[in-house]
Amino acid sequence: MIKIVNLHKCFSSNQVLRAVNLEIHDGEATVIIGKSGSGKTVLLKLIIGLLPPDHGEIWIDDQNIVTLNFRMLQSIRRHFGYVFQAAALFDSMTVAENIGLGIKKFFNWSDQKIHDRVKECLEFVDLSDVANKFPAELSGGMKKRVGIARAIAAAPRYILFDEPTTGLDPETAENINQLIVRLKHELKMTSIIVTHDMHSAFTIGDSIALLHNGVIELQGTPETIRGMHHHEIQKFLIGCFRVEKIEALYEK
Amino acid sequence: MESTSVKKQSLPAYLEHVFAEIGKYSQLLWWSLRSLRDFSTYYENTIKRMKFIGIRSLPIVLLTSAFVGMVEAVQVLYSLEGRAPYYLAGSVVVESIILELGPVLTALILAGRVGASIAAELGTMRVTEQIDALEVMAFNPVAYLVVPTLIAGVIMVPVLTIFADAMGSISGWLISIITVNMSSAEFLKGARRFFLPWDLIYGIIKSAVFGFVISANACYVGYFTTGGAEGVGKATTRSVVMSCVMILILDYIMAQFILKLGW
Repeated sequence: MIKIVNLHKCFSSNQVLRAVNLEIHDGEATVIIGKSGSGKTVLLKLIIGLLPPDHGEIWIDDQNIVTLNFRMLQSIRRHFGYVFQAAALFDSMTVAENIGLGIKKFFNWSDQKIHDRVKECLEFVDLSDVANKFPAELSGGMKKRVGIARAIAAAPRYILFDEPTTGLDPETAENINQLIVRLKHELKMTSIIVTHDMHSAFTIGDSIALLHNGVIELQGTPETIRGMHHHEIQKFLIGCFRVEKIEALYEK
Repeated sequence: MESTSVKKQSLPAYLEHVFAEIGKYSQLLWWSLRSLRDFSTYYENTIKRMKFIGIRSLPIVLLTSAFVGMVEAVQVLYSLEGRAPYYLAGSVVVESIILELGPVLTALILAGRVGASIAAELGTMRVTEQIDALEVMAFNPVAYLVVPTLIAGVIMVPVLTIFADAMGSISGWLISIITVNMSSAEFLKGARRFFLPWDLIYGIIKSAVFGFVISANACYVGYFTTGGAEGVGKATTRSVVMSCVMILILDYIMAQFILKLGW
């Protein structure tokens, strides 16, 4: 279980997170929604220790990672996979090498066993034929899927997704959504997904949390969220930003 | 009035920025030193970096040193003509190459070829979150990326300098015996006359320092790159300029304080 308590983070004078409290339960997919620039990615990077918080606690099971040194943090990261917004695949390595890197790091496996595991991960994301290609030869959707294959290769307990469907066409985005659902059901991984795509959020999420003005304003199941009359939620649900603009134009 | 106040404000801000940069640079070097124990992480990449810095730079280093040796010989022979015996050309050419031209020109070439490439590579990895990805996969990015570059720089730049010294001396010798009918024995007599083994050792020490400076600067600006593609471009330029300036300054400092230690 991941528990975030009273988390603060600011960059210069920009207070991005103020008193964030959030609980992520094992085996669940928790979706964090919020406007662009609301601090969703910052929250994800704080959870995995890529950024230090200014104040607050991040509990992974029974360890507060804020107090850990680099080496201890590395051992905690063993249990995490992270899918970056732009995939962040290593340019100089083939797809197979990208996926195998983490396995080599964590397990003392033979080359054949690593090869088999890479193949298994690529089959899971339905990309069996790209093992020897370089990231530059892949499309955006394929890169995302390879990113997922790399994140699950070392069989982590937690997997974090940063905007998994951003920049993809609706069909590819839906494939990614289904892939995340399969991760939850077949591999029993706990996922945290940061997105502003509400369709994604409702498809994937067991729990949806709204990050607004630096705090988690509300959290609930997709059904609860859908029925809420919260202003920001409604904006997300009906694309109210555009509606407001059109209304304003009519008023003028 | 306004511009004066801006200047007054900007100096402390500039100094703060400079000290912050020095702090970050020192921090990266400290992390690198601490990461030396993480041998399994950097071993493989060190070999790759040594190939990149050493073997792939060899042609350009040999080409440059060959022409430097030739030009040096022509100019020295021109200066000696009718004023001093030609065999002194052997001494002047070899000494100037092993003391100065070999180490400094090799370093300046590598600052451009290797420093720019490494800064661009690390900078791109930073802005595309590849360094974050390494960290997330529980790698120590400093051990994985920076330490191999530093080790390879310190080892391979002196190796390349030895090749440059040899090529420069050989080309100088060839030009001397072809253009003024000097015998090889005469050239060697001149070369041996003022040669001290310390001169060669000094040149190698100097090139090891330059190797460290080139790789450390490239790693520093690359590792802390911000600002997307534009930031990568700036980092690349900065790495080359920083290295060239530091090479020239350190060249003087070492000539002033280290050269005489061998006497």
